[in-house]
Amino acid sequence: MADSLIVPVPDGTALAVKVRGLHKSYGDTKAVAGVDLDVIRGECLGLLGPNGAGKTTTVEILEGYRKRDAGEVEVLGHDPAHGDLDWKSRLGIVLQSTQDLTDLTVVESLSHFAAYYPNPRDVDEVVEAIGLTEKRDTRGGKLSGGQRRRLDVGLGIIGRPELLFLDEPTTGFDPEARREFWDLIARLKAENTTILLTTHYLEEAQVLADRVAIIAAGKVIACDSPDRVGGRQTGTAEVSWLEHGQTRSQHSEHPTAFIADLATRFGGEVPELAVRRPSLEDVYLSLVNDVGSPE
Amino acid sequence: MTTATSSTQQHTAVHVGLVGALKLGGRRIGIELKQFFRDRQSAVFNFALPMMLMIIFGSVFGNQKLPPTQITFAQYFVAGMIASGILYTSFQNLAIAIPMERDDGTLKRLQGTPMPKLAYFIGKIGMVFVAYVAQVALLILVGKLFFKISLPGGSQWLTFAWASVLGLTGCTLLGIAFSVIPKTGKGAPAVVTPLILVLQFTSGVFFQYSQLPAWMQQFSALFPLKWLTQAMRGVFLPAQASALETTGSFELGRCALVLGAWVLGGLLLSLTLFRWNRRGES
Repeated sequence: MADSLIVPVPDGTALAVKVRGLHKSYGDTKAVAGVDLDVIRGECLGLLGPNGAGKTTTVEILEGYRKRDAGEVEVLGHDPAHGDLDWKSRLGIVLQSTQDLTDLTVVESLSHFAAYYPNPRDVDEVVEAIGLTEKRDTRGGKLSGGQRRRLDVGLGIIGRPELLFLDEPTTGFDPEARREFWDLIARLKAENTTILLTTHYLEEAQVLADRVAIIAAGKVIACDSPDRVGGRQTGTAEVSWLEHGQTRSQHSEHPTAFIADLATRFGGEVPELAVRRPSLEDVYLSLVNDVGSPE
Repeated sequence: MTTATSSTQQHTAVHVGLVGALKLGGRRIGIELKQFFRDRQSAVFNFALPMMLMIIFGSVFGNQKLPPTQITFAQYFVAGMIASGILYTSFQNLAIAIPMERDDGTLKRLQGTPMPKLAYFIGKIGMVFVAYVAQVALLILVGKLFFKISLPGGSQWLTFAWASVLGLTGCTLLGIAFSVIPKTGKGAPAVVTPLILVLQFTSGVFFQYSQLPAWMQQFSALFPLKWLTQAMRGVFLPAQASALETTGSFELGRCALVLGAWVLGGLLLSLTLFRWNRRGES
């Protein structure tokens, strides 16, 4: 895999997370096999990759839940393997799936967790931000899947974190709830919160992430802005049109010139003309398919 | 959310040290109690069960006398139910609730916050003590109203206090240690409940202890419930009832010694065994 797919962060950039040569195995299975990763302060980094690629293991090492076998890791200037309470108070963690807090109301949970932090957000503001104003006195066990997830996010941001980990935050959201969630993340970013977002939804990464890192087989195989990752901006475009009652298409590195030729040939409008750049999904799938499964 | 307080670097100190842990521990007691009583399973099996058993057994056998004394079975049984209540609110409660919290993400979520770990244990211990006090009050009320049990005198309350504190502390620590044994939260009751039933049957809760086979008496003497029940009989039965004991005495000194040893044992076991993560997660 060419290193050029991983665009390095310029020297001297303030980093919230710095990972070099991270390794972690479970028995004979290498879950993480040499991950290098930078998260710039104030950015939203989208971490993409198939199931079993090492995303969650990597993130849980950064969060201090798991021990690494080898490599250097710095999260907000600390080694997460020795993170103290002060360090933890600067993080917000939204875990993948939880079923706890079923017997407490939304407000009770948020108020209780707020007490752990030195400078928490206002509970009512958070309730409103996560769109649970109507459900504020509903117990966790009575919330829908999407509402529960929003409570998780609320608990992740109640402590006013500098760095927020979001592990598949919008699983189970309907499209409207997802839009609202994206607005919330945009507001957090505006407040200079650094966000490490793990997601399966490529559209979500496209909208929210300043940069995306693609993990496969325990390694970062590509890292760049969502518009440029994997050479999206220079990749061939697909031009399609209707001719003799059939849809035709052509891949071209120079689509503008190609369309000009087409227009000349048709003597004006080209029926059903469309130009399609490779989507983030196209790039993602081709990158991930090029890599075998983990050792 | 507004940016009135501008973003990061506003952090003052977290709740460090003993004072911080105590302060948050107090808040955790409150949240633990809310969850304890709102969870129907926990409210029935850890809290209400002794009252229910008291009513059922008391109604069937309550008026039977235990010869050669004039003591009713209800009076004998209330001691066993209070001792069982200690086991329910502390050991059974924690040995089931903690594996569930390990499964449902409670413990993982807490580990990701700046909560001092001590605060978690303070919350558990506080919840156990409050729940027990409420349970004993209700049990005595039920016994008094329905079965006319007589209440202990002044010095017996002192015995009641130390037996309760030693029993609760030991069984709380043992419950914390035992929480590593069930593989899943769902499977925890199937491991814990039979154990408690066996101890109750062999420790003189449901039957008169002195009439049990010797091997059963020797078995149960290894565990705290037998000694707790015996100490509670010393509290709730009149002095002449010591004739019903195997040794002719309530042996309160020995009860205190064994229960104290279990406090130490429980402390060692919980410190060495307790795990925040599920097996294989590190």
